[in-house]
Amino acid sequence: MATAEVEHTARTLADHLPVLQILVPFVAAPLIVLFGNRALAWPLAFIASAIAFVISCLLLAQVIDGGFISYAIGGWAPPLGIEYRVDATNALLLFLISGISTVALPYAFTSIRSEVPKRNHTLFYACYMLCFTGLLGVVITGDAFNVFVFLEISSLSTYVLVAQGAGRDKRALTAAYDYLIMGTIGATFFVIGLGMLYMSTGTLNMADLADRIADQGGNRTIRAAFAFIVVGMGLKVALMPLHLWLPNAYTFAPSAVTVFLAATSTKAAVYVLLRFMFSVYQPPFVFEVNTLYFIFIPFALLAMFVASFVAVFQSDFKRMLAYSSIAQIGYMLLGIAMLNTSGLTATVVHMFNHGITKGVLFMGVGALVLRAGSSFYDSIAGLGRRMPLTGAAIVVGGLSLIGVPGTAGFVSKWMLVQAAFENGFWWIAILVVLSSLLAVAYVWRVFEVIYLKEPAADAPRGDPPLPMLIPMLILAGACLWFGIDTQLTIGAAHTAAESLLEGSFGMAPSAAAVTETLGH
Amino acid sequence: MISVIPTAFLFFAAALVLLALPKKGILRPLLLLATPIIAAAWVWNSGLGNFAQIEFFGLELEFMRLDRLSRVFVMVFCLAAFLGNLYAWHVRDTVQQVAALLYAGSAIGAVLAGDMITLFFYWEGTAIASVFLIWARGTEGAYWTGMRYLIIQIGSGVILLAGVVLWYHDTGSIAFERMTLGSLATWLIFLSFGIKCAFPLLHNWLQDSYPAATVTGTVILSAFTTKLAVYALARGFAGTEILIYIGTVMTLFPIFFAEIENDLRRVLAYSLNNQLGFMVVGIGIGTEMALNGTASHAFAHILYKALLFMSVGAVLFRTGTSKASELGGLYRTMPLTATFCLVGAASISAFPLFSGFVTKSLILDQAAGAHYELVWLALVFASAGVLSHSGIKIPFFTFFAHDSGKRPAEAPTHMLWAMGITAFLCIFIGVFPDTLYAILPYDVDYAPYTVGHVVGQLQLLLFALLAFVVVYRTGIHPPEVRQINLDFDWTYRKAAPSVIRVVAAFVAHVYGGILTFLTNRVNNTMNRLYRSHGPEGRMARNWPTGAMVLSIALLLGATLLVNFAG
Repeated sequence: MATAEVEHTARTLADHLPVLQILVPFVAAPLIVLFGNRALAWPLAFIASAIAFVISCLLLAQVIDGGFISYAIGGWAPPLGIEYRVDATNALLLFLISGISTVALPYAFTSIRSEVPKRNHTLFYACYMLCFTGLLGVVITGDAFNVFVFLEISSLSTYVLVAQGAGRDKRALTAAYDYLIMGTIGATFFVIGLGMLYMSTGTLNMADLADRIADQGGNRTIRAAFAFIVVGMGLKVALMPLHLWLPNAYTFAPSAVTVFLAATSTKAAVYVLLRFMFSVYQPPFVFEVNTLYFIFIPFALLAMFVASFVAVFQSDFKRMLAYSSIAQIGYMLLGIAMLNTSGLTATVVHMFNHGITKGVLFMGVGALVLRAGSSFYDSIAGLGRRMPLTGAAIVVGGLSLIGVPGTAGFVSKWMLVQAAFENGFWWIAILVVLSSLLAVAYVWRVFEVIYLKEPAADAPRGDPPLPMLIPMLILAGACLWFGIDTQLTIGAAHTAAESLLEGSFGMAPSAAAVTETLGH
Repeated sequence: MISVIPTAFLFFAAALVLLALPKKGILRPLLLLATPIIAAAWVWNSGLGNFAQIEFFGLELEFMRLDRLSRVFVMVFCLAAFLGNLYAWHVRDTVQQVAALLYAGSAIGAVLAGDMITLFFYWEGTAIASVFLIWARGTEGAYWTGMRYLIIQIGSGVILLAGVVLWYHDTGSIAFERMTLGSLATWLIFLSFGIKCAFPLLHNWLQDSYPAATVTGTVILSAFTTKLAVYALARGFAGTEILIYIGTVMTLFPIFFAEIENDLRRVLAYSLNNQLGFMVVGIGIGTEMALNGTASHAFAHILYKALLFMSVGAVLFRTGTSKASELGGLYRTMPLTATFCLVGAASISAFPLFSGFVTKSLILDQAAGAHYELVWLALVFASAGVLSHSGIKIPFFTFFAHDSGKRPAEAPTHMLWAMGITAFLCIFIGVFPDTLYAILPYDVDYAPYTVGHVVGQLQLLLFALLAFVVVYRTGIHPPEVRQINLDFDWTYRKAAPSVIRVVAAFVAHVYGGILTFLTNRVNNTMNRLYRSHGPEGRMARNWPTGAMVLSIALLLGATLLVNFAG
């Protein structure tokens, strides 16, 4: 046990990166409120987000080849103190979340001005920063209860952000309310699961939990805890029968919020699932309890088809994308359920690739909404021709969503198909391809609407202003870039998948890696 | 260091630079002339070796395999590109200029490819680049001819790719080395080479497309595609016996079509086919000298065939027709073109002191030496045929014979230069064969000018000439009339479609019935799906909050059950 005294040696700023990753946006939120100035809110948020992005790049560079960084908050060594732990899995997620936030903020600057009442702007950015902090915290922390705390921080601020859509459509309020109820139940289940774990092991540090669960094997309490944690997180993930909050929340939230949430929040939840399944509970345990085969595979397949069919028939672009997200989450869960390296690689890569893909698509929707006032197919007909660059970005995103070779979406689906074949589940591979055909159908409908239909005579002209356009093009470029150069994504995901499958989240090497304290 | 960059890229870079240059003025033509010269000097000076290897998805790609076999082909391709571009000095069409560069570049790249993946890319590159030379003519017929050409060429590439994939699966290597026919993979690769090489029954694209291209386009087309295939066969299937018989048939059957054909450019296309036959025989024999014969014959052939196409092209350029029935007596006003045409004709007929003589006899001697007596006889007969349809018919009906009354001006100066240089080279190789022999794949120990060779060849040629005179005087020679000759392509352009039409009518009936049935089923399914999944459907409806919570409880119960059961 790592209660041994740790020498206070390392004192450079670089050693504090893990905590700065959280602190910078976390401090930015109250600062925005304290200044209370609309003109200052956005710059503060953007600077904090950009700094967080730089930090995440530095962290990713340190762990991409394997290994991890363990950071003891306040110098209290784990397991008593709270530990932040960065390895390839969550470094990639930190990179995704802070990257998306940094490109989404310039987009939000224009988009929010047209969708949210002026008096709410300051608090909007404060909430956004809190949500951002929460998502980063969920991903970076190595303490099980700390996960819950950050989860609540991000969830509560998310409800507020979703409700901001009320300026455009009052249904945003009921969507936020439903999400609040569901999210709270999910978080409650999660914390019940944690309680059970604490009851039977007496610790909350993930690495320590892993050691003790391995020691005493799976008793009933621990098994029940597993079920509560999976279902609780399944709700945040929007696993098929628990997805009902998602379409409304994504549809009625302001465009910039949808961009940020769709690209990051479900991914963070998938990460927590991965972490608990493979690092806290070990792979042999997960294998033993069959949850993957009897719960994940059937519901993931169901999600892939039901949600895709719903998406095909939608008449609202934004809502269509929300349903498509549910289907895509099916792919990620399927990757986990394969329980092999390729499958987990597929999941981690798909979290990243789907994040940027959905990011560009929801940005495209936001741009259309800015010009046309709504995202219904009727009102955006022919706009691809009037807004050429927006249309091009939507096409790139759409192709990536389908998984056309040369785009990011292809890489992860290809990995998933490979994983299915490795397990001998060829029928799953076929179903993945079939559901991609449904993606072709719903993406084609959008292409048809925005390009092949005649625009109305009074249809708006011209691409959105640069602050919205540039982030959209950056993400569209990323969709292409990561479809061709897969070194970063596949590399990090492969390292992550291997370390997850080894299940070695044990405490042993951490003493050497423990760095430093704040404030001493 | 510079040799690390593949030569083909020089041509691609030149194509890009060309786009930046002004359309008028001499900068573009100068660039078109300079590129092949620089490429040739570059290849010549870089020495033999294997440069520019690139690792790609775990496969070793070799862009620059420069050995003596590939070098001779690269040199002659550069030469042909230079002459063709000089001949096309007057062309101001960007599409043709770029296509010519890309086409030559792809062909050279394919020759230098050390592995079959690279070969495949350049293989398709030649197909795509060259079709623009056909389309550039701008007529409806040229468009459809181009489409047919493209389908067959791309098809050849696809078959090649299929073969390569199978080959990689069988052997784990993509290196482009000698193969033995046997597996499906090698047969597919062989077939793909065969299509490009215009094997009998696979040959129709050649006679279909070359006469359809522009005046200058045909000159360029005639040099690369088929000779690339000859190179590929020499590299991959040297010594494959079946090639001897394929080659023999190739030398024979085009003769008859060439005799009766009226369009002189199509006559030349048939004669090209026949000349390829000699090279294929050489590959089939597969000895070092036979391969030397193939390489040198390809070298000489590119030159004199280009010369013939140039002279007929010049006539077409001035008079607007290349039909024998409409031409004749042009020597009065186009004496230089007529002279150059005669040089080309003498070369292709293998008169002593012309290039064809010193190269073809290499192959003939090898055939005789390897005891393929019947093949040798057939080749000798084919040589006589060549004299008849290319050596005599082309110049005779164009520039002599009955006077058509046309009095076109002499060919433009740049065309005369292009033809003059080519004619000079034809004679130079014929007189100093050792210069060509020195760059052949293997060392040559061969003297073409022995009494036996010269006398034998002259006998053959003079009797063939005599026969032509007799036949022409007695009126047996097929008259030069406008007509369409049916070749094998009739089977797939006319016969097969009419059979298919009958079958299609029946199939359409059955298909229609099935389609109606299926359409109804699909419509029903879609309607059902729409009812359940549409915006107002069960799956997409907003659920009451309580129902959502119930679903959580149910899933938790299920998960707990599964967990405890496990």
